[in-house]
This record gives sequence, structure tokens and C-alpha cells, in this order.
Amino acid sequence: MIGRLLGGLLGAIGGGLRVWLYNVGYATRMFFSMLRASFGLWRRPRLITDQIHFIGNYSLVIIAVSGLFVGFVLGLQGYYTLNKYGSEQALGLLVALSLSRELGPVVTALLFAGRAGTSLTAEIGLMKAGEQLAAMEMMAVNPLQRVIGPRFWAGVISMPILAAIFSAVGIMGGYVVGVKMIGVDEGAFWSQMQGGVDVFQDVLNGVLKSVVFGLAVTFIALYQGYETDPTPEGVARATTRTVVISSLTVLWLDFLLTALMFN
Amino acid sequence: MSNLVEIRNLKFSYGDRPILTDLQMEFPRGKVIAVMGGSGSGKTTILRLIGGLLAAKSGQVVVDGEVVNTDDIPALYRLRRRMGMLFQLGALFTDLSVYDNVAFPLREHTDLPESLIRDLVLMKLQAVGLRNAAQLKPAEVSGGMARRVALARAIALDPQLIMYDEPFAGLDPISMGVTANLIRNLNDALGSTSILVSHDVDESFLIADYVYFLSQGKIVAHGTPQDMRASTDPYVKQFVNAEMDGPVPFHYPGKSLADDLGVRVAN
Repeated sequence: MIGRLLGGLLGAIGGGLRVWLYNVGYATRMFFSMLRASFGLWRRPRLITDQIHFIGNYSLVIIAVSGLFVGFVLGLQGYYTLNKYGSEQALGLLVALSLSRELGPVVTALLFAGRAGTSLTAEIGLMKAGEQLAAMEMMAVNPLQRVIGPRFWAGVISMPILAAIFSAVGIMGGYVVGVKMIGVDEGAFWSQMQGGVDVFQDVLNGVLKSVVFGLAVTFIALYQGYETDPTPEGVARATTRTVVISSLTVLWLDFLLTALMFN
Repeated sequence: MSNLVEIRNLKFSYGDRPILTDLQMEFPRGKVIAVMGGSGSGKTTILRLIGGLLAAKSGQVVVDGEVVNTDDIPALYRLRRRMGMLFQLGALFTDLSVYDNVAFPLREHTDLPESLIRDLVLMKLQAVGLRNAAQLKPAEVSGGMARRVALARAIALDPQLIMYDEPFAGLDPISMGVTANLIRNLNDALGSTSILVSHDVDESFLIADYVYFLSQGKIVAHGTPQDMRASTDPYVKQFVNAEMDGPVPFHYPGKSLADDLGVRVAN
């Protein structure tokens, strides 16, 4: 009885592992095929700029509004903690470092997965369900080059810009709460920030993080759409998977990158 | 006359479920060939195998002397440039207008100036009777119109081989007759070869030069439409005359209704 249960359990684990390996292998192959197909894209930059408009511009409002509220909260929480130690003058530094190193790239990537990622998965999934991708292939047009590649590069380019906007708006939120509402000294707020934030160590590492997150989230969204079952249920499941897998990947990558970048 | 497409000893299955077994078919140049058969008989699969959208388990598909090889992507794409395919539901790009859908293959594969592309697109749309619908979106046209737009797009590059997947499904009688004539006229005007997958006996027999009948993944009969009408083959007779009784069962195989209801039937 126990032997049979163990056998079943091992079989299930083995089966799951085999499916996982197959999916990872397939996704890797698709990723490199897409990169190879993308070389031709630089002759038609319009395809990418159109997608930057679609993906980036439509995510702008949610990113900016979220950045503002995160900045408000950072201002309040930061002041509450720093005030205990008489260090409220360092509020600007705390807000700027929190946003540029962590919250900017991470929260932007999570919001991007929810806003643009699901939209990309649904769009590609419905194109597949409506045989538009097959029709494109029959017209001798490679969907990896014409559909997937432009959206991928648009996501990779948009993410650091959106993260920068998130951080900038967040700092303004922290300023409004800390300086204008609570009364932290304005000069100390900005000068501490200016003196304490390192362009390479803090800002550029944050930008690098957001590029990696952009790459991961956009590819996961596109892969889920491209490999979805071409049915309404299949597309619904794929969009859910996009959010779940993207969010977990972003958080895991954030830990990995933080450990590598900041020792 | 040589064949544009040849299918040799082809086998195809979805997982363990065989779809096509030991298929042999020939499609001569310049002809309209109909592939007919019941639902699930593997007709659409044949078109997808010819187009390289599916890979055969064994056997070969040869188009214009070249083996369709789904592993050699550049060669496959070169071959597809000589093909056009009309999908069952049109498969129009929903974010593009009717005009841009038809212009799509021209913009992707040629360096023609936009003024010339415009002339070509309007001529193709004129051929399918939808020149004045050029600026509409696919969501604004009916299913039959969408299929005519898809037909204009499929012939945009004047392909050697045009494949039609159920072009008459869901069309009203007027559109059906117009579409049938259009397929025949386009084939003759372009000097291309057409493969027509359809259930519709009357319209298909009207325009086809040759007919293949497919059942359970095998060719069960083939010949000219006249041969098929005169055929005594039970399958062909059942299909052509739309009879309920015959070798193709109407009911999915399994238990009888009496068994399911738990009643005894007196002998």
C-alpha cells in the first residue's frame, strides 16, 4: 500500500518534472528563435515604436498614480521611523533609495505584468484562436518577427522608462507628504538625497533590474499567449498564468539581482 | 500535364489517434480539385500538411517539385510565398482595415510604392465585390464578406496554389454561387491550381475538375464530378445524395439508446 502510494507520488513528480523541462526547453528555443528573427526588425523600427506606444503609453497612468501613492506611504512611514531616531532630515534619502533600488523596478514590473502582460497574452492568444498567426505563417510572414519580436523589444524598452517615471513620481509623493504636509526641512530633504544616492550603485543598478524584469515579464506574457490552447478557457488560463508566473519570477529575480549587485 | 502537388504514402496522427493513413493524392496544375468528406475525415488536415502548418509522421508532400519540410523554415517560407490559403473563418487581422488586410502580403513581400499597392488592393477587392468596403474593419463586415476579403488577401500575390478551407460554409445562396464562380474564374485567370475542401456537393461539383472523397483518413473514391454522380460506391452515393443510411453512421459509435435507457427491446 505504502509502496504503491510512493510509486504514485514519484510518478507524479517525475511527470511534472518532465512537463516542466519540456516547457522550459520549448520556451528557450522560442526565445532564441525570436532573437534571431528580431535582427530584421531594426530595418522597420516603426513596428517597435507602435508597440512602445501601445504597451508603454497605456501603462503610464497606472504606473504614475501607483508611484504617487507609494511615495505618499514612504513619506509617512519613513518619517514615523526616522523621527524615532531624530533622523527625519534623511527622509529624502530614504524615499529615493527605496524607490530607485527596489520599489521602482519591482512594483513597476508587477503592475506591468497585470496591465500590459495580460493584455499581450490575451491579444496573442486570441490571434492564435482566430487563426491569424496561422494565416500569417501561410503568407510566409514569420509571426516571431512580425508579432512577437516588436512586442518583446517594446516591453524591454518601456519597462526602465516606466520604472524611472514611477520612481520620479514617488519621490514627488514623498516630498509632498514629508516636506509640504509634515514639515521636514526642504533643503535637508533634497541635499541628503543628492549626497546619498550614487548614480552607478543605486540608479543604474535599478535601471538594470528593470531591464531584466522587462525582458522576463514581456517574454512570459508573449510565450503564454503564443502557446495557449486556442479556446476561450485556454486564453483565460494563459492570462492568469502570466500574472502568477511573472510576479513570482520578478520577486525571485529581484532577490537574485539584489544579492549580486549590493553584495 | 505535371502535378503541382503530390502527396505520397502520407500518414498523420494527433497523438495516438490516426487521422490520415497511407494517403496518395495528385493535384494537376491549372485545375480545381475538390476534397470532400464528412466532418472529421481529415480534409483540413490535408491543407495544413500541404502548407507546412503540420508535419507528417511519415510520407511526403511535394509542392512544385519541392518536398514540404517543416524543419527547414527558410525553404518553407520561400515555398509558402507561392501559396495562398483561405481559412474557414477568414482569419483576418482584426486590428487592420479590410484595405490593410489585403495590402498586408504586398507590403511584407514587395518593395512596391504605396500608390501601386493601392491600385493592386483595389483591383483585388473589386474582384471579390468589396472595393467600397475597403475602409471597414473586419468587425464591421459579415462572415461571408470577411471570407471574401480573406480570399482577396490570399490572391494578393497571385499564388501558384490557392487552398480553400470550406469556402461555402455559412454563405447565403447568392454569395455561395458568386464565391463558387469567383474560385473558378480566379483559378483560370491566374493560371493557378486550386484545392477546395468542402462539404457542399452542388457548388463543388459545379466548379471542380476532379474530386477526391475522403473517409476516416483514406481516399474512398476519386474521379470527375460526373463520375462521382454516376458512382455506385455506397459511400459516394450516401454523401452525394445526403442519405442517412449508408457506410457512414449518423450516430457516434457506442452503446445503443435502449442500453442507455435500460430497456429491453422485444425481438
